[in-house]
Amino acid sequence: MTEPSFAEDITGSPTAAPPLRAHSPEVSAAKARRWGAFYYAEQVLRVMKGYGWSIFLYSVGQPAAYLFAMGVGLATLVDTNTTVFGGVSYIAFIAPALLISAAVMTAATEFTFPVMDGFRWRRVYYAPHASPLTPEQIAGGQIIAVTFRFLLQSVIYFVIVAMFGASPSGWGWGSVVVATLAGLSFGLPLMAYAASIKEDKGQFAMVMRFIVMPLFLFSGTFFPLDTLPVVVRWIGWISPIWHGTELGRVMTYGYEESPVLTIVHVVFLLGLAWLGWVLTKRQFVKRMGQ
Amino acid sequence: MPAKAAGAAPPQYVITAENLTKTYGDVTAVDGISFSVPAGESFGLLGPNGAGKSTTMKMIGGVAQRTSGSLTIMGLDPEQHGPEVRAHLGVVPQQDNLDEELKVRDNLLVYGRYFGLPMSYLRPKADELLEFAQLTDKAKSKVDALSGGMKRRLTIARSLINEPRILLLDEPTTGLDPQARHILWDRLFRLKEQGVTLILTTHYMDEAEQLCDRLIVVDKGRIMAEGSPASLIREYSTREVLELRFGSERNASIAAELEGIGERLETLPDRVLIYTNDGEGALEEVSGRGLRPLASLVRRSSLEDVFLRLTGRSLVD
Repeated sequence: MTEPSFAEDITGSPTAAPPLRAHSPEVSAAKARRWGAFYYAEQVLRVMKGYGWSIFLYSVGQPAAYLFAMGVGLATLVDTNTTVFGGVSYIAFIAPALLISAAVMTAATEFTFPVMDGFRWRRVYYAPHASPLTPEQIAGGQIIAVTFRFLLQSVIYFVIVAMFGASPSGWGWGSVVVATLAGLSFGLPLMAYAASIKEDKGQFAMVMRFIVMPLFLFSGTFFPLDTLPVVVRWIGWISPIWHGTELGRVMTYGYEESPVLTIVHVVFLLGLAWLGWVLTKRQFVKRMGQ
Repeated sequence: MPAKAAGAAPPQYVITAENLTKTYGDVTAVDGISFSVPAGESFGLLGPNGAGKSTTMKMIGGVAQRTSGSLTIMGLDPEQHGPEVRAHLGVVPQQDNLDEELKVRDNLLVYGRYFGLPMSYLRPKADELLEFAQLTDKAKSKVDALSGGMKRRLTIARSLINEPRILLLDEPTTGLDPQARHILWDRLFRLKEQGVTLILTTHYMDEAEQLCDRLIVVDKGRIMAEGSPASLIREYSTREVLELRFGSERNASIAAELEGIGERLETLPDRVLIYTNDGEGALEEVSGRGLRPLASLVRRSSLEDVFLRLTGRSLVD
């Protein structure tokens, strides 16, 4: 028996010049131009699947722990004065805040370290960059995948909130969308910043300590923003957590606020997300085109 | 600046570069180089680290913008038609950038998706390429578990997922042991036989000699010489080289006593090279002058000698 030729080896066909079986480069380019961001999102989701259990446990464990500790434990101390909390139970008051904060905290993780990994540590962005995908699509794909995670995580969170009876309104599910929007609103400017970092000097730990944590604590999460002194209230005004939380409260228990303010929340969150996207695209194109 | 082409007619050359230049601030990485590569050729860029080879590859690959000059791949300008150009290419970067969190086979599947290829094509193709890269038994392993040579082969397999007719290989065997290099060369030679155009950068002369039909010798961003390995050696060196070692202290001082032997003399810190068409005859002449080297070697001229002649420096400084 003779040795198989190389052509047989690689193509299964005994011809010297095997016909191309992949679609043509023109088709590849056309498909990539149209769907490229989704192709990269697929890759990020495959990687996420590798630590899917951690995501699931985090998504279930965090709301369960917070709602039990704050909503059941701490609530026994604060529930006597419900007028401060808009006439609802303390657990109903903090539930949307925790939901939105969880999305923002996920954003602080998913839009920092993986970006550094993509450009610097393992340089994973440079593999798709050599394919028909563009830098904008690589950034977009990562955002699509993380948005999917926000949605999934927020749905789980909301189901647990509902199980605690902390979302009396029929519009409560809308807080899932709000949480996703808040995650993007905080995450996309952060992604642009992460994409600009050439060397890791602990910047992301600083972001967690000095940006995420103060925003979490001073965004009307555990008490209404107007109970804070005016000098620190601005933290809430510039915080996606506060804007998201207020919107979430409108959704979950019909919190009454001026419709103008509701519009401001939406515009603020959308505007910040849009600005973050523009800056992220610019950074990705600049960094990958050098 | 020449007009950027977006031609539709089948190109005579798959790659054409004219006065290609790339600067980073004050540093000129690529300094006005011109070359053309016909389909099916194995074309090399040989030069030391920092010569501008990788920058040239990035411009060909449509991932770095040129400062000036013109460049077309399959008749298309990579800056205007980036996705279309990259869809024609397979790319093996200098540093492996495999997805270490995915399994070996999944790396191929995911990469194929970037070309919009359907899973019905990708699944059997991935198996075929794993076979080609001799990694079938590692298909379900994590990438971290692979040796350096295996990772390199996987990167090459990945670059072939879209069945490219042009393969860019940036230092494909740097850092690999000799056995892994030979396996890789064998795989690349098979692709060449299949008609794939190979564009290869290397600072290994033996690699260039093994794989390249034609090459350009690059130094400081400029082309020093162009031709087939054999023609370059013929043009810039002699048939044989006599290497003599007199000890690092004495090489330079004894060189003067060797004048007139062979066609040319090069004195390096660790040895003296005598360029001649008859190495054994030259060695006899050295002995005839009463000189006793600590070690001597007669060998055929290589591209290393060409580079030394052209630049006065060794390839791997």
